[in-house]
Amino acid sequence: MFGGWLQRRGPGKAAYALLLLLSSVAHAAWGLPTDTVVHQTPSTFDPHSGPAHMIHNLSLFVIQITGAIFIVVASLFVYVVIRYRQRDPNDVSEPPQIYGSTQIELAWTVIPILIVLVLFLTTARILFAIEDQKMPPAAVDVNVVGHQFWWEFVYSKQGFTAANELHVPVSSEQVPMITSLNLLSADVDHSFWVPALFGKIDSIPNHVNHMWFDPDKVGMYVGQCAQFCGVEHAKMLLRVYVQTPEDFDAWVKNQQQPGVQDPAVADGRQIFESQSCVSCHVIRGTPAQGKFGPDLTHFASRDTLASGAADNTPANLKLWIQDPDYVKPGSLMPAMQLSDDQIDKVVAYLDTLK
Amino acid sequence: MADSTLPIGSAIDLTPPSEVYGTWLDVVNSWVTTVDHKKIGLMYIGYAAVFLLVGGFEAILLRIQLAVPHNNFLSPEVFNRIFTMHGTTMVFLMGMPLVIGFANYLVPLMIGARDMSFPRMNAFSFWMTALGGLMLYYSFIGGVGLQGAGSAPDVTWWAYAPLTERAFSRGHSTDYWALSLIVSGFGTIGAAVNIIATTLCLRCKGMTLFRMPLLAWLYLVVSGMILVTISPLTAAQIMLCVDRYLGGHFFDSQAGGAPVVWAHFFWIFGHPEVYVLVLPAFAIANEVIPVFSRKAIFGYPAMVSASAGIGVISLSVWAHHMFTVGMTSAQNAFFVLSTGLVGVPTGIKIFNWIATMWGGKIRFATPMLFCSAFLIQFLFAGLTGIMLSTAPWNWQLHNSYFVIAHFHYVLVGAIVFCFFGGFYYWYPKMIGKMLNERLGKWHFWLFVIGFHLCFDLMHIPGLLGMPRSIYTYEPGRGWDTLNFIVSMGGIIQGIATAIFVYNLVYSYFKGEEAGPDPWDAWTLEWATSSPPPEYNFATEPVVMSRRPLWDLKHPEDPDYRYEE
Repeated sequence: MFGGWLQRRGPGKAAYALLLLLSSVAHAAWGLPTDTVVHQTPSTFDPHSGPAHMIHNLSLFVIQITGAIFIVVASLFVYVVIRYRQRDPNDVSEPPQIYGSTQIELAWTVIPILIVLVLFLTTARILFAIEDQKMPPAAVDVNVVGHQFWWEFVYSKQGFTAANELHVPVSSEQVPMITSLNLLSADVDHSFWVPALFGKIDSIPNHVNHMWFDPDKVGMYVGQCAQFCGVEHAKMLLRVYVQTPEDFDAWVKNQQQPGVQDPAVADGRQIFESQSCVSCHVIRGTPAQGKFGPDLTHFASRDTLASGAADNTPANLKLWIQDPDYVKPGSLMPAMQLSDDQIDKVVAYLDTLK
Repeated sequence: MADSTLPIGSAIDLTPPSEVYGTWLDVVNSWVTTVDHKKIGLMYIGYAAVFLLVGGFEAILLRIQLAVPHNNFLSPEVFNRIFTMHGTTMVFLMGMPLVIGFANYLVPLMIGARDMSFPRMNAFSFWMTALGGLMLYYSFIGGVGLQGAGSAPDVTWWAYAPLTERAFSRGHSTDYWALSLIVSGFGTIGAAVNIIATTLCLRCKGMTLFRMPLLAWLYLVVSGMILVTISPLTAAQIMLCVDRYLGGHFFDSQAGGAPVVWAHFFWIFGHPEVYVLVLPAFAIANEVIPVFSRKAIFGYPAMVSASAGIGVISLSVWAHHMFTVGMTSAQNAFFVLSTGLVGVPTGIKIFNWIATMWGGKIRFATPMLFCSAFLIQFLFAGLTGIMLSTAPWNWQLHNSYFVIAHFHYVLVGAIVFCFFGGFYYWYPKMIGKMLNERLGKWHFWLFVIGFHLCFDLMHIPGLLGMPRSIYTYEPGRGWDTLNFIVSMGGIIQGIATAIFVYNLVYSYFKGEEAGPDPWDAWTLEWATSSPPPEYNFATEPVVMSRRPLWDLKHPEDPDYRYEE
């Protein structure tokens, strides 16, 4: 009876019907967005890439098996508790003593072993399919570098660096597009987790890890760091923007440009370049070449600041520069002690860096 | 003096325990200098109970902070310290001493011995463990150090390098963490050596290994595991100290060290550690379930081999905590299989417990209530464990609240429940008074409600993408309501625990007299008075089967007729 499982490419038709039922119940119960573009709930039951779908199918298969085991054993337990409870507290006679039964014990040793083997073979097939997938030469390569409380995305082929908001092209049957991430860390362990696209893989110093996905739907997917990395681990948030190939190309073209030099905000730029801002941040085409903090060349093109801790609005940016600890306590950016007027000018400058 | 009307008549000495305590200082002196296994056991248990309250208080602080999104109840720095201390406390200062305390008290009594093999080393082990705990908590005031950062440790209880290196963890908090675990680890190793020597060498006449109560068997397995697993932890802590102060580069990634090596060292300790904590819970269930079902344990030889099997297999599953660190697919597959296999002996145990209850006359006194709830909760925890063992799905579930819910289901739903059951079962033996049943039922039902509100629902935020170790979270991700209810469940468990503590104190003064054998039980500890005298048995008992008191109570149908 178990042989069939080993040959099938996945659970059978009846199983799939149950899967669909379970997943629709799950969706209804937890109010998951199925057709919206913005995936604000990073649910693991809302897969949008090849590997995420494989993991999802595996999870439903495992839920069925473990669920069945639970129902069988729990029913036995409930039956025993009801049937064999002591009814008369004054009854002191002892029930017949039974010391064991080799046949029964053998049965409940062999059956679990078979179940474990089925689970193992199913798991191993999906494990190898995902982990040993060959990356096509056309894959979009991104080096993801975890830093204490923000993410750096190095598009080395295209020659630019972004932060905190990863942009990747959507994949379709006509134009398959695989995004291949090399995960590294600049300081301590982090973990890259966007549930809709893949599980999580750790980014560890001196240890390059790999992850890939082929997103099937345009939209914005949220996630966050999943390995404790210090004070602000909680606000090391992540966004992945899945774009049409045209939008993605346009985004890449824009990111490749040096920072905009708008004479209207020359004051702000001068303040930025004369302060120690430049020792931590890069703005390409200017003297700002520090590598410690996020690349700000196209800062204004991002939706959030401080790794997702706040929306990227002028008011929030002002607060952030005034007192980073207020927006994100424990972040490694120091308060710059600028005057109000100076900050306004710097904010105006940064907001031109589309 | 002996009374032949009592079971194993001459084994009981009815000379009242010394009524003359002397001055307050004499009492303190008698506890501090004692080498009596029962007093040391009670000190372990009391020590664990204090840290249960401390760790529980920390848990409630964490849950208040997480009850609503963007809460400002605790700052991130304080939150990180509290959750690190909560984890470390519950594993090393609550779990381990509780496990060892029950062993200290019960193993010699159950095998008919007068004390542990090495009574002085026993006392030494306790005081080492105690000092380790005090040292860890001293870090709240002593951890600041010369560089001025940190007080209590804030690197999580698994303390992944290189976050623990001096570049990222200034001050002395991490040193306190490492050193206190080394110190209490030596205490734990001493206790394990002692338990092994005692069970192997001090069994009374007639008690062959296969007539030992299952509790003694499980503690033998646990002690063997402690010897294997504490050593890598201690080694790793020493390497960490070398890195921090002697310029070593074991885990120091900035100088080419390998952080993943720390993870391997930690989890080859950390996973068997879970079994070191849960096997004693099984041990309690193995004693309570038969007595309250009024039947012999079903499949004693299978239970012994399943326990030994768990002990062996659990040494080869550690990297299932590390499916996300980037091992090769073959390595991952190995740990999927080994983790699945550890479920097999565990399943055998669950089936055998149910078979023990089958056909019995189950008396639902408080100890049995706790052990019944344990059975069903442990089944559930085992099945979520199977889910976590499937590596690709583990990439989603790892380090999420699903994992937190899973291991609290094991640590609270199985271990704490069994030990609560153990308290209700053996308190009469240890103190001589029954715990109040009415308060016990309040304790049980409130705890069950709180537990399920808290830890059932906690799985869901994990499935919805909520990672662990975060001091706050974004609103609108589907986590808000669930977290609020989870926090309420936590507080209900706190109230239930307060009732338990009140019961301990109330029954000490006003409890019903227990007598030597209040549960009509079958193992040797019930053959002596409650509490037992210092030497346990006036004459050494002789046993002929696994249930010596059953044989005495049922001379017409003794067990030894059926045992090989």
